[in-house]
Amino acid sequence: MTDMIYTSGLVKRFGDVTALDGLDLVVPQGTVLGMLGPNGAGKTTAVRILTTLLKPDEGTASVAGIDLLAEPERVREQIGLSGQTAAVDEHLTGYENLEMVGRLYHLGRRTARERARSLLERFGLDDAGGRPARTYSGGMRRRLDLAAALVAAPQVLFLDEPTTGLDPRSRAGLWETIRELVRNGSTLLLTTQYMEEADRLADNIVVIDHGRVIAEGTADQLKTEIGGERVEIIVEDHSDLAQAYGVLALFAIGEVQVDPETRRLTAAVDGGADSLREALHALYLSEVAVVDVGLRRPTLDDVFLSLTGHAAANGSSRGDHVGPTGPGEEETR
Amino acid sequence: MSTLAYALADGAVIVKRNLIKTRRMPDVLVWTTTAPIMFVLLFAYVFGGSIKVPGTNYREFLIAGIFAQNIIFGASFTGVGLADDMTKGIIDRFRSLPMARSAVLIGRTVSDMANNSIAIAVMSITGLIVGWRIRTSIPEAAGGFLLLLLFSYAISWIMAFVGLKVRRVEVVNNAAFMFIFPLTFIANTFVPSQNLPGGLRTFAEWNPVSSLAQAAREAFGNAVPYTSASHAWSLNHPVAYVLLWVAVILAIFVPLSVRQYARSTSV
Repeated sequence: MTDMIYTSGLVKRFGDVTALDGLDLVVPQGTVLGMLGPNGAGKTTAVRILTTLLKPDEGTASVAGIDLLAEPERVREQIGLSGQTAAVDEHLTGYENLEMVGRLYHLGRRTARERARSLLERFGLDDAGGRPARTYSGGMRRRLDLAAALVAAPQVLFLDEPTTGLDPRSRAGLWETIRELVRNGSTLLLTTQYMEEADRLADNIVVIDHGRVIAEGTADQLKTEIGGERVEIIVEDHSDLAQAYGVLALFAIGEVQVDPETRRLTAAVDGGADSLREALHALYLSEVAVVDVGLRRPTLDDVFLSLTGHAAANGSSRGDHVGPTGPGEEETR
Repeated sequence: MSTLAYALADGAVIVKRNLIKTRRMPDVLVWTTTAPIMFVLLFAYVFGGSIKVPGTNYREFLIAGIFAQNIIFGASFTGVGLADDMTKGIIDRFRSLPMARSAVLIGRTVSDMANNSIAIAVMSITGLIVGWRIRTSIPEAAGGFLLLLLFSYAISWIMAFVGLKVRRVEVVNNAAFMFIFPLTFIANTFVPSQNLPGGLRTFAEWNPVSSLAQAAREAFGNAVPYTSASHAWSLNHPVAYVLLWVAVILAIFVPLSVRQYARSTSV
């Protein structure tokens, strides 16, 4: 199997800020790499370098076996880009957007038109294909953007936070679309802030922070490292915190997180609902009064907490989404 | 296909895209055509009575100057259009495609020239209504129009560079105005340059906009003979002087803008 994306020691600085600090990536053909990290971790910079939009200061990289620095124009023939750094023209219709992109990939007029039509159909945009893109909903725009990346059936696809800012339903729809691409054997690099998204879509995950990889592996390997779901409880009384901590520690993988301010305790568990039931029962036996309880999937914050001991350092604070929310309710941009 | 053929083919795709945009969002076109109408009417009726140009009718003298000024204003939309694209992120899409690096700029400048042609047509009709007449032959007049468009095309490439460098629509507009106002007013566009005081007069005589207006006047048969008024070579050989400027501007700003485009990213 060949490596469709390969980078070694990529460094990119913007003035005093080091966006990438020696990034190493390997993505074998036909696999999906999920690049997980908070805003400002360097995900977008990595994508921009790999799609020839930026030049790295140091390091080497190849895409589809072509040296990115030596022959960027040949790399462009092999890639598709979608997500926050790409865009569609809002005054053009969906069809016109796709046809234009096809022409610019030099597919020829007829092929470009056929591709535009079949992609609109495939992405459920055939009814909206004749309307200017500015009339589209956020989810439709993302789908059009993704369709634009697929016009030339590229060997390697880059999706930069494809679902950020989407409502949960549009997100689920887009996940289904991406999964279908993956089934067809595309090689894909996907950046995301959502652990759940990386878990569902990626074969391998790299967690990046401050421009370098801090953990990598399959979703399962990573989960073993960071634990699975989180049991989250809020105790009624401050004085019960220590007692509750002792109880949860029996079920937890790794450290139990305590936030005295909100009287909240969070523990990674591996037994799902069973762990929750057992923990609740044990708390009941210890006579700890619980006012709120929940079981949730690990978020990016949990991943970071487990890997680095601190929450995801971020320009826009993510500390306020510790509540029992799926990624669907987050809007961080 | 050769690189040049790709650049032209890709440029044509971008021209089509820009023209679709103009059609769906006609405010740019409305602005580029109503402003000239306003200028024609303003100068013809408000100032026209007070400004005397010996040897010719002021309205006839005026129209070529208004053409020259407005096609330069029209060219500033090249910068505005590119700055707008930069902020929308569509430039990133283009830059990740295997298209020619010059195509977006070729497409932009050509579609702006098309918009400018429409503006010239509107100005010509307005001019004919207020009394302007072409007193030469059709080929000669066509040569005049062609020279105007050629000059505006060259200015478009300067504006392209400014737009890519500055990236903000409002700033591009202000920068363009600061550069366009002196260039189009310290010239023989609205008043004969021989009436200007010393330094301004020299500037006006060697200002390519003066030569452009002068060349257009000659092409339309609206010219005042300059022989006694000015010895400046630029006004006695206006076509050659304008073409020289066009060549110099393109030679500098085409490579400069393409290089700037290749480096530009939306973030």
